[in-house]
Amino acid sequence: MKVLKTFPDKCIACHACESACSKLYFKEDNQAKSCIVISDETHPVDMNVCNQCGTCVAACPTLALSINNQGVIMLNKNLCIGCLMCVAVCPTESMRTYLGNQNPFKCIACGVCVKSCPAEAIKIVTE
Amino acid sequence: MERKVLAEFKYDLAPVVQGYNKRTLYVNVGTKVIAAKPVSDMMIDKFVGGKGFDLYLMWQGVKDSTKWNDPENEICISFGPLCGNTSYPGSGKSIVTTISPLTGIPVDCNVGGHFGPYTKFSGWDALEIQGKADEEVIVFIDGDKGLVQIMTAPDKEINSHILAEELVKEFADSPDKLQYVSVVSTGEAADHVLITCLNFSFWDKRRKVARLKQAGRGGTGSVFRDKKIKALVVKYSGLKSDTNHPVDLPTLQKTGLKLHREIEAGDDSQCRMHQVGTAHLMEIMNDYDLLPIRNFKYGQMPEAIGLHSKEFTALFTQGMVDGCWYGCSLSCCKAVDNFKPRTGPYKGQPVCVDGPEYETAAGCGSNIGIFDPKDVVEINFYCDTYGVDTISFGTSTAFAMECYENGILNQERTGGLDLSWGNADAALELLHQMARGEGFGVTVGKGVRAMKKIFAEQYGADPDFLQDIGMEAKGLEYSQYMSKESLAQQGGYTLALKGPQHDEAWLIFMDMVNNHIPTFKDKAEALHYFPMFRTWFGLQGLCKLPWNDIEPADNAQTDEPAKVPEHVQNYVDIYKAITGKPMDKHELIRQSERVYNFQKVFCMRFGKGRRIDDLPPYRAVGPVTEEEYLSRQDRYDKHLVEKLGLNPEGLTTAEKMARLRAYREDQYQQLVDAVYERKGWTPEGVPTVDHLQSIGMDLPEVLEVVKRYL
Repeated sequence: MKVLKTFPDKCIACHACESACSKLYFKEDNQAKSCIVISDETHPVDMNVCNQCGTCVAACPTLALSINNQGVIMLNKNLCIGCLMCVAVCPTESMRTYLGNQNPFKCIACGVCVKSCPAEAIKIVTE
Repeated sequence: MERKVLAEFKYDLAPVVQGYNKRTLYVNVGTKVIAAKPVSDMMIDKFVGGKGFDLYLMWQGVKDSTKWNDPENEICISFGPLCGNTSYPGSGKSIVTTISPLTGIPVDCNVGGHFGPYTKFSGWDALEIQGKADEEVIVFIDGDKGLVQIMTAPDKEINSHILAEELVKEFADSPDKLQYVSVVSTGEAADHVLITCLNFSFWDKRRKVARLKQAGRGGTGSVFRDKKIKALVVKYSGLKSDTNHPVDLPTLQKTGLKLHREIEAGDDSQCRMHQVGTAHLMEIMNDYDLLPIRNFKYGQMPEAIGLHSKEFTALFTQGMVDGCWYGCSLSCCKAVDNFKPRTGPYKGQPVCVDGPEYETAAGCGSNIGIFDPKDVVEINFYCDTYGVDTISFGTSTAFAMECYENGILNQERTGGLDLSWGNADAALELLHQMARGEGFGVTVGKGVRAMKKIFAEQYGADPDFLQDIGMEAKGLEYSQYMSKESLAQQGGYTLALKGPQHDEAWLIFMDMVNNHIPTFKDKAEALHYFPMFRTWFGLQGLCKLPWNDIEPADNAQTDEPAKVPEHVQNYVDIYKAITGKPMDKHELIRQSERVYNFQKVFCMRFGKGRRIDDLPPYRAVGPVTEEEYLSRQDRYDKHLVEKLGLNPEGLTTAEKMARLRAYREDQYQQLVDAVYERKGWTPEGVPTVDHLQSIGMDLPEVLEVVKRYL
C-alpha cells in the first residue's frame, strides 16, 4: 500500500506541504483546501493526512471511492454525489471537505508535498 | 422488448431553482394526453409540495362521487422542495396519494427509492396520473433528454422483484449506468385484491439488484393495475450535491455533516439502524407489552423471543450502505441476501428480500402467531413482489385467524386452509391465492372491513363481535402497535386522516410509559403538534426516521426532548438553505396545518371525515374477550380501583369488563372532544371557517365543502 507517512518530530510547521497541495489541486494557497493539515498548537505538531485505511470506501453509496492497484483510495468525481458520508466516517478526520464544494477530497499519496518539505517530515512509503 | 410508443411529449430541460421546478407533469393513460402544468405561487405558499401538491392536483381531478376505480381517480406522486438533496439524511422520499379502494378517501404514502428524486430532477414537482388505459402500458420519463412516453407493455412479468430489474436493465443507457433508472411497479395480487402497494426501486450497486421500497398503505397498487399500468420508469443521470440549486449550499452541507457525525457516533448505542433497521423494536415492544400478538389480543408472549432483533441481525447482510436515497447515513433499509423461498413460484430461487422492517416482523410474525423469522422473511418477500401491503396483510390475516379460532371460519369456508395461529404454510398460501386471484386469499385480500360484512352476512357471525375484533378504522387496517393502554395512541391511530397508521403520531412511551401527557389537554396538544410536525415531512419529501431515531447526545437535557429541538432547528435551517424562504418552528407547523385541514375537508367531499369515522374497534381500546381480560387481570382490576373507584371483588369478569369498557369508551370520546377543539374543529369534527381563515386555508372551494356540514 502506497501511503504518505508523517514524522511529527521532524516537522517545523512551516506549512509548505499545505501550500504545495492546495496549489496543485485547487490552484490556490489555502490550508482549508489541502489534503494534509498541520496543526502546530501541540508539540509535536499534529500532521493529519489519509492513511488509506479504507473505511470511507465501505461508506460510499455510489462506489465513487475505490482502492487502486497501489492501495491508494481514489475518488471518482463523476460518480460522487457529494453526500459527505465519507467525511463523517473517516476515523482520522482525513477525508477533507470545505463547505460549498461539490465533492470531498483526500490525499492520494502523489508526493508533491514531500518535495516541498524542508525537514523530511513526510515521505511516500509502500507498506 | 418490443414496445410501441402510444404517446410522446417533449419538454425543455431546465434546472431546479431553490427546490422547485414550478411545473407538474400530467399523464392521462386513457386519453394519452401528456402535458405540463404550471405551479403557481399560491400552490407553493399554501400547499408547499409533496403531499400538499398531490392533494391539490387530485382535488381538481376528481369529483365528489369518484370511486377508486373510476377513470378520473388519480395517482399523484410528488417530492417536495427539500427532496433529492444528498446532504441531509432521509431526503429522498416520494409521497403517493390516490382515492383508496379500502377507505374511499385520499390515502397518502411516504416511500423511499430513487423514483421521486429522479423525477423531480427530470423537471417535475409532481406526477399526476389519470385515466384508464385500454391495454397494458408503461410511462417512461427520460430526464436526460426531456421526453415523456406512454408505451405498450407486453411484458409477461408483473411481479416487482423481476419486473423492476428487467426494466432497469432495459432503460439504462449501458450496464454501468443502471443506478440512473428507477421503476414503480406492483405485482400480480394487485389485479385481484385491495390490500396492495406500489414498489419504488433503487439500484443497489453492491448487491447488483433492484431494491424495492413500498408505498404500502391503502391499496395504491390496485388503482395502478386498474389503470392497466405495468410500471413507471424514470431515467436521470445528472445528480450532484447542488442539483436542487439551494441558496446556501454550505449551510445545507454543514447541517447534513453534523447529523452524519451524530449518527456515526450514536447509532450503535441508540437504535442500531445500521445493524437491523426498525426491527430493533421487536424486543422493546414485547418488553413493554406493546407487540401485537394474535390479532392485537396480547402485547407480550415468551415465544416472541423467536423474533428478537438479534435473529434479524443475523439474517441481514451487515456492513452495507443501506440507504434508500443517497446521503442517508441512518441506513435503515436492511436486506436478506440469497434467500431461498420454500413455497410458491420462486421456490428455491435465491432472491434479495428488502426488510423485514418492524411493521412487517410484527404484522406478518407475532400478530398471526408466527415466531420463526425465516417465515416472516418469506411472507415479506412474497408480499413485496406480489404488491401486497405487509401491514394490511398481517392485520387481515390475524383477523381471519381469530375468526377461525372462534368457529366463524372453518376449513370448509376457507377452502381447506387451516388458519390456526402460527400456520405459516397457510398464511403463505393465502398470499399465493391473492396472486392467482383464487380461493379464500381473495376474501382476505379485500381487507378487514369487507371480511366483517361477508362473515356476518354469509356465515351468520355476530356483527358486534366482528366489529370489536376487526382492527380497522375508516376501512384501513391498523399498523402494528398495541394502543390499549395508551389513550393518546388510540387517538393517534384512529384520528389519523387516512386511517390508523402510526405516521401521524406515536405517543405510547410519552403517554403510557413516561406519563408526560396526563390530562386531556396535554394529550390534545400532543395530538395537535406531532401530527402537524410529521405532516411536514410529507410536504418536503423527507423521512421521519432521522428526526428521532437518532438523537443528539444532550437531547434529554433539553426543554422538550420528545420534540428533539436540535433536529427541528436542523429542518428549519435546511429549508431556508434550499428554498431561501423564511422559516421557523412555528411556521413549520403552520405549513402543515394548512395541508392537514385541506386533507380533512377533502375527506368530507366524499361524505367521510365525520366523528363516527374516528371510532376505534374496541380491541384497540381494551380487552374484548374474557381471555384477554384474565391474561392481564391484575392490571385491569387495578384500573377499576384507581380510575373508577370500584372494588372488583364480587364482580364477575363479564361485569368488570363491561364497567371497564364503558369507562374507556367514555375516555376516548372525551379525548376526541379535546383534540377537535385544539385542532379548531367543531364537536362533529368539521374545521370551522374562522380556523380555516386563521391558518390561510380559506380557499372558496374549501369553504364551500365545509359549509355543507356547518
